[in-house]
Amino acid sequence: MNSGREVSDGRLTVEGFSVAARAFADKWKIHNQSFPPWSWVPLINRTLHLSNQQEEGYLSLEEILILSSLEESPEDESLNVATDCLEKEESVDHTILVQNQENEAHYYDFHIVYSSSYKVPVLYFRGYCSGGQPLSLDVIKKDLPSCSVSLLHESKWTFITQEHPYLNRPWFKLHPCGTEDWIKLLSQSSISTGCQMPVDLYLVSWFSVVGQVVGLRIPLEMLN
Amino acid sequence: MANEAVKYVWEGAIPLQIHLHKSDVASHPAPPPALVLAPRIGYLPLLIPLIKPYFKDSLPPGEDSIWFDYKGVPLKWYIPTGVLFDLLCAEPERPWNLTVHFRGYPSNILIPCEGEDSVKWNFVNSLKEAQYIINGNCKNVMNMSQSDQEDLWTSVMNGDLDAYTKLSPKLKMATIEDDFSRKASLSSPQSRQGVTETDVAGQVKTARIPVRLYVRSINQDFKNLEDVPEIDTWDDISYLNRPVEFLREEGKCFTLRNAIESLLPEFIGDRAQTSGEERSRDDDNTEEADGLLREMGEIKLARIQGIEMKLEIPFSWVVNNLMNPEFYLHISVLVKAPQR
Repeated sequence: MNSGREVSDGRLTVEGFSVAARAFADKWKIHNQSFPPWSWVPLINRTLHLSNQQEEGYLSLEEILILSSLEESPEDESLNVATDCLEKEESVDHTILVQNQENEAHYYDFHIVYSSSYKVPVLYFRGYCSGGQPLSLDVIKKDLPSCSVSLLHESKWTFITQEHPYLNRPWFKLHPCGTEDWIKLLSQSSISTGCQMPVDLYLVSWFSVVGQVVGLRIPLEMLN
Repeated sequence: MANEAVKYVWEGAIPLQIHLHKSDVASHPAPPPALVLAPRIGYLPLLIPLIKPYFKDSLPPGEDSIWFDYKGVPLKWYIPTGVLFDLLCAEPERPWNLTVHFRGYPSNILIPCEGEDSVKWNFVNSLKEAQYIINGNCKNVMNMSQSDQEDLWTSVMNGDLDAYTKLSPKLKMATIEDDFSRKASLSSPQSRQGVTETDVAGQVKTARIPVRLYVRSINQDFKNLEDVPEIDTWDDISYLNRPVEFLREEGKCFTLRNAIESLLPEFIGDRAQTSGEERSRDDDNTEEADGLLREMGEIKLARIQGIEMKLEIPFSWVVNNLMNPEFYLHISVLVKAPQR
């Protein structure tokens, strides 16, 4: 097995995922300050203590507040993220929490979880109202920017409802089959390196594609 | 002609006694429970056509959204029935008393189920994932014709092992070399051919085996299984969906214990507790070894297809004989947690 520093077949080891996750979270914090930072959630299981030699876990970005509104956002490429999303719930203006289809507050959680079966990261997400009621996929699609929706239609991306691997609740996930193929395509940047991609950049590259499907864009600077 | 162990697995069934939940009873008197024999390798939603006739006249008006619970715990419909039974009933309960609901689906806990289609979809996805793990890709499943996929699913639904045995070679799943099974290939050379690069290299040195491990952890030792406390929620169970790296070493047998311990490193028998601040309860230093044992966890019980497994059994035999039709090995484990 290689040193784990580089990925050549589009797939990640579990250690590689931990490294890539931290690199991703660090870059996001620096370059993507309009969003809160991702946090690393270690898999210290409630009933078991999993081995801490390889600290396993997943990345979490939660309580992203989307104010759905009638007007199309002028820059129709990102989720219409409320600028006060960095603040905790106490400071949310309660007038937007009225049961009104056009101005309902929707919250989103995103988890990037490692799949040991497919050896790639998988994006899980869910949406809910301020009362905690889960949002259906139809409602979620209305929150997505229109370019994401067309990506969904055109390509083979599918959202499936599946149980979160660790949280015993239904979440949506983007099906991972085929991930290693397009990651390999992404890493064919130069002939001399072949298909090598440094582990540090794996999640950044991965997210540059996957994020678009859920309306989360990353600034180009993160790809350096 | 499939071997006997595989037949045993396919014929395994659990007698269920299914009670209609009282909030769904709109008739007087309440209907008696339904008695149904559930295939171990099947799934609860597939039993609905058998169950519904018992209760349809008692239901309140409205649309059905059917789900089951055992002692208040909503049952995850995508887990094979036999696995649910092995996991949730430490002391096997026969018949197994379940409650059926026709209203009030707990969609904040259970993923939606639209009858047979959802179950089939879940089966095919698990099959793809298993194939990806075993073969390194899932192209054989993806390339299977629609009608073959349908027929494969139907054979599982109907518990038709003969039909399944004729169709499953189309999946071209790599086989695990195993010195302990009767070679089925002696009777039908064509049907058991494993087709992968391992044929050229000879015996495969490492292989990835699809395993779903369900772990119940308890803090105290127990004399009888009936003393094991009930499960209140799924949070009491740790679920690990991860492949076992099957190691073949000359002269060594990779056992079921090795396989489980590779997924639960905390329970490795010969690994001593290294943390300095953990102290044995005993003051007597000569009983240090006992103290270490107390601090480590212990695998108390491992059940596969309802069988309480001896942990020293060769893992290759277990894999080849006790897998479910989607090529996953489901293992229910009861462990005593390490003392902290």
